[in-house]
Amino acid sequence: MSNALETLGGRTGTSPPTSLSGLRQAVWRNGLLAAAAWAAAALATIGLPDVVPWGGAQLFAGIVAAGATIFLALSVVVPRLGRLGDRIAHYGPWFIVIGVWLALWELTTAKFGWLPKPFFSPPNGLLNVYVTEAPRLVLCIAYTLRLWSLGFLSGVAVGYALGVALGWSKRVSYWGMPILKLIGPVPATAWIPCTFYFFPTTFAASVFIVALASGIPVTILTSSGVGSVNRAYYDVGRNLGASDWYLISRIAVPASLPHVFVGLFMGLYYSFAVLVVAEMLGAKFGLGWYIQFQTAYSGYANVYATLLIMALLCAGIVRLLFLARDRLLNWQKGFI
Amino acid sequence: MAGAATALRQERPAQSVAVELRGVSHNFDLGGSRLAVLNVIDLSVAAGEFIALLGPSGCGKSTLLRLISGLEQPSAGSIAADGEPINGPDPSRILVFQDPTLFPWATVWNNVATGLNARGVLNQQRARVDATLDLVGLRVFKGAYPHQLSGGMAQRAALARALVNDPALLLLDEPLGKLDSLTRLSLQGELVALWRKAGFTAILVTHDVEEALLLASRVIVLSERPARIRAEFQVDRPYPRHRDDPELVALRRQVLSTLGLAT
Repeated sequence: MSNALETLGGRTGTSPPTSLSGLRQAVWRNGLLAAAAWAAAALATIGLPDVVPWGGAQLFAGIVAAGATIFLALSVVVPRLGRLGDRIAHYGPWFIVIGVWLALWELTTAKFGWLPKPFFSPPNGLLNVYVTEAPRLVLCIAYTLRLWSLGFLSGVAVGYALGVALGWSKRVSYWGMPILKLIGPVPATAWIPCTFYFFPTTFAASVFIVALASGIPVTILTSSGVGSVNRAYYDVGRNLGASDWYLISRIAVPASLPHVFVGLFMGLYYSFAVLVVAEMLGAKFGLGWYIQFQTAYSGYANVYATLLIMALLCAGIVRLLFLARDRLLNWQKGFI
Repeated sequence: MAGAATALRQERPAQSVAVELRGVSHNFDLGGSRLAVLNVIDLSVAAGEFIALLGPSGCGKSTLLRLISGLEQPSAGSIAADGEPINGPDPSRILVFQDPTLFPWATVWNNVATGLNARGVLNQQRARVDATLDLVGLRVFKGAYPHQLSGGMAQRAALARALVNDPALLLLDEPLGKLDSLTRLSLQGELVALWRKAGFTAILVTHDVEEALLLASRVIVLSERPARIRAEFQVDRPYPRHRDDPELVALRRQVLSTLGLAT
């Protein structure tokens, strides 16, 4: 499908030169198609009666119509924008499919009722949640970010320090490795009953669960990274007069960084996985708590809306970690 | 190492060290069994001399260099530099490996600066790093990462990382072994020039007879493992030498027959 759409667009396809080529150059056809799809979604929302009324239809139609107008404008402007235009044109097929998707979604839920309330919600239902629940959702995002960042950062800091010690010192490794091998595979959530006992507040217990989930892979990967550093690097360092501290901080640490990042990515995904569970430990706010709370009241539109926020949040954090990795490991480019 | 801020290019008083090996033997511990690598080596290296160690592959030449560098201690016997026993590694005696072993996470400049940085004198001696990069012709590449360098450039950087510390003894463990033959030829010339300019003592491990005769003032031939000194050849030819010098050709034949490779 996307191939057909790209060929329609003419910019990315390899169509033979015709008398229309001038016109094709002048207009971004995928932009026109996207505008049409988005306009159809807006018209369907406004023009057809609701089987079941949901809020936010007017606003949704307005936003989608604005989108359609923007695409209409872009279809003329994009061919003249040079490289930026090429970047926008690259996503043309996506813009069309999103418009079609919004139209179909609107029709199958609010307009024809094929996908029934309360388990399904039209797109304007989600939009309505964002409008009416904004203050609470913002608070939930803040609580979730606080829990996640405290848990993840403390877990990574402790896990990293432990990993360096385990990888560097034979004695630490002798005592620590068996314990790590025993505790490491236990799912972090299995500790929940004990954490209530050990921690003064449920928040501290939740932070601990997130820290544990993210810290263990970082510990394991850091220790194996430090342990597998080419011995010759240490020989070079010792020969040039380096102290043990220099060998650790300037050789072991940078040399093991590629391993550490594997551990960080694993820890990041584990931390997301336990975050929602941790927020069910009697939290008062937080996205995980909100999902659970709304499920109990069959507020599925709220659940979907929150899931979308979580997806964007998690993907954004993953993206940040990728940026950090690319920056810190750019010396590695020859090996990747 | 005093007055080190002066650029390496300038002629300095020769700084070198005499090395004395007395009854040096060494064993490897291979999971319970002992492998004898060196068998009672006696060797005197005069200050400023360029020694080449030749021998069959796996005979323990590299081990000998590691012992002299102080990275390892011999099982028996003693090694001394200017009469002082060698108890550990020291930046005045630097080992250059067959692999450049540059730190891949650091730029060429930072790699070369490693020794100065590790000893906390980098800030006073930054100019030395630049001067040494000039010396090996890598100034343009100072911001490059090792993976961006060719094999020859990487080995030059490794040499610079050693030379910036002004070593009195340079231990060269087949540093040209993995290079293509053209790069090798040009680096052999540069190595001799550096040695003559800086005046350090050099001990080179190689299994290229021609290379040994082109570079060294004395060639030591070692036996199979456990290595003993089998023969010694004085190479009294002026530098720069030419590989088709008839005396070198004759010496080459002698050395090869000592190694059991008569032609």
